[in-house]
Amino acid sequence: MRKKGGDLGFRVATGLFGLVLIAIVGAIAFELSRQSLPTIEKFGFSFWRTQTWDPIAGEFGALPFIWGTLYSSILALLIATPIALGIAIFIVELAPDRLQRPLVFLTELLAAIPSIVYGLWGVFVLVPAVRWLEMSMPDTLRQLPFFSGPRPGVGMLAAALILAIMVIPFTSSVAREVLKSVPPAQREGAYALGATRLEAIRAALFYARTGILGAVMLGFGRALGETMAVTMVIGNDPKVTWSLFAPQYTMASVLANEFSEAADPLHVSALVEIGLVLFTITLVVNLLSRLLIWSMARSARGPAAGAADPEVAAA
Amino acid sequence: MTSIRTILAATTACAVALGASAFAQNIQINGAGATFPNPIYSKWFDEYNKLHPTIRINYQSVGSGAGIQQITRQTVFFGATDGPMTNDQLLAAPGKVFHFPTVLGAVVPVYNIPNVRAELKFNGQLLADVFLGKITKWNDPAIAKLNAGVMLPATDITVVHRSDGSGTTYIWVDYLAKVSPEWKKRVGVGASPNWPIGIGGKGNEGVAGLVTQTPGSIGYVELIYALQNKISYGPVQNMTGEFVKGSVESVTAAAAGAVAKMPADFRVSITNAEGKGVYPISSFTWLLLYENPKDKAQAKAMVDFMKWALSDGQKFAPALGYAPVPDGVVKLELAQLAKIKV
Repeated sequence: MRKKGGDLGFRVATGLFGLVLIAIVGAIAFELSRQSLPTIEKFGFSFWRTQTWDPIAGEFGALPFIWGTLYSSILALLIATPIALGIAIFIVELAPDRLQRPLVFLTELLAAIPSIVYGLWGVFVLVPAVRWLEMSMPDTLRQLPFFSGPRPGVGMLAAALILAIMVIPFTSSVAREVLKSVPPAQREGAYALGATRLEAIRAALFYARTGILGAVMLGFGRALGETMAVTMVIGNDPKVTWSLFAPQYTMASVLANEFSEAADPLHVSALVEIGLVLFTITLVVNLLSRLLIWSMARSARGPAAGAADPEVAAA
Repeated sequence: MTSIRTILAATTACAVALGASAFAQNIQINGAGATFPNPIYSKWFDEYNKLHPTIRINYQSVGSGAGIQQITRQTVFFGATDGPMTNDQLLAAPGKVFHFPTVLGAVVPVYNIPNVRAELKFNGQLLADVFLGKITKWNDPAIAKLNAGVMLPATDITVVHRSDGSGTTYIWVDYLAKVSPEWKKRVGVGASPNWPIGIGGKGNEGVAGLVTQTPGSIGYVELIYALQNKISYGPVQNMTGEFVKGSVESVTAAAAGAVAKMPADFRVSITNAEGKGVYPISSFTWLLLYENPKDKAQAKAMVDFMKWALSDGQKFAPALGYAPVPDGVVKLELAQLAKIKV
């Protein structure tokens, strides 16, 4: 009896904590929606698709910020994912024991650096380097939309690079833990079938693919919300363009830049709605990655799961 | 042994001081607002606390917009702003709000042109056209005309502005709107304008950093920032045709010219002011107080503080790069201060 009562108490207590989480997310969504009502009523859905952001004239369109956030985050992901996975694979599978510990320590150190420090480093080191790269870009390549326009150094490329550096430790730490948790039998099985080291690692990666996807999405989430370092190097110009050299703007940056000096209620409301948009996009990205992971997990448990990895089987 | 004795003595002194202050009538006043005057306000509150240990004034430099919001909601006793409150904002406040000019500041153009050592001269029209994106090369005839004898390169101009909403920006665009009808029509005046061109740096240090790094760039920073960091900046032509560099004296001159036409509520822009030796991109910064504050003890303390700040306090201004308020304006302010119901 006593034991059962304790169980119940524990269940209720943890259940309450779970509810706290739901309540917090709900309260954030509610408050963001409530405070952005003036702009939701005034602009409706055009807030999402128009490009003019003019606090003086009272015209607000969030598209350049949505664009800048997604573009910079996706670019950062494209740069960071291979590097982060490479680091994780090297640490788990290949590095000699002596090297493992320092490497793990270094990746964790990267994660612990405050973003303002990344920003300062970006302004003084990365931006001049990017400017040099932009200046030495041959004119033929400059015809491409990705490299067109003025070359101020600050801009999308600098932002994507700094985001990539900030994302790498997160993705690589999680990927490392995921790879570590792959049962030794997987690799041993691959070796037993005559696989080379590379093929055995591929088998382990395939086994751990849902976890690795999770690691990548964690990095994406971090990139979407990163504020200070990006603000310092992206150039803060609300324009929708493919050019990597052009200064652009992100949602988190415009909040950080304009919130404290926003006196006009409509301006405040527009900024809060940007927060709501960012919240929604983060939610959607997380949902999508969940769905992807679920579907991958289900297919892994399906009929093919019993069979060996096709790649290894082929070898 | 000695060190232990020192510690003991210090602890006792602290305890005595704490005990003493607990008995005296302590008054704590909270304010919030503009970041631009934060250095002088911090200095004032600190110095005033030394003179009157029972009065402690706290200031959060959260930005002019937030300062106006907080005094409107009465979450702070006083506010502070770099741009005067608009009529709508005054109507939104639950009581009558007074503006008190406390010190003056200025904004100066900074630039970086490779291989040009000479000091470049500017005028309003030129600055407006550059920031509108109409003048795109450093060897444009409009620049060459003002700077005869300077070898100007055919470099592209990169415009650098503040990305964060800021009183500095407000003063800068307020000036551009006065000298250029096109600026007034296309961009307007505010702390976060929709910039026609350029890249945004965060804070004075962000703008200064981008300008020093980017060959061919032009930006604007607060005078204090340029003075403290020894950044070279150019003179700007005023209404009388003189080219004047931003300095404590030329900014006070701009304010002195405004005394005659000072409106009763002190909400005045002194950019592009008339007069000799005037630096045209100057502005007051204001402290905001209710005419009839709820807490009378705080009101009395604040009025006393304001009297001190406008007299003895002004001597701290030049060292921090602010220009003191001219005597004529102080006289008018003391009259308004007397209207506060304590």
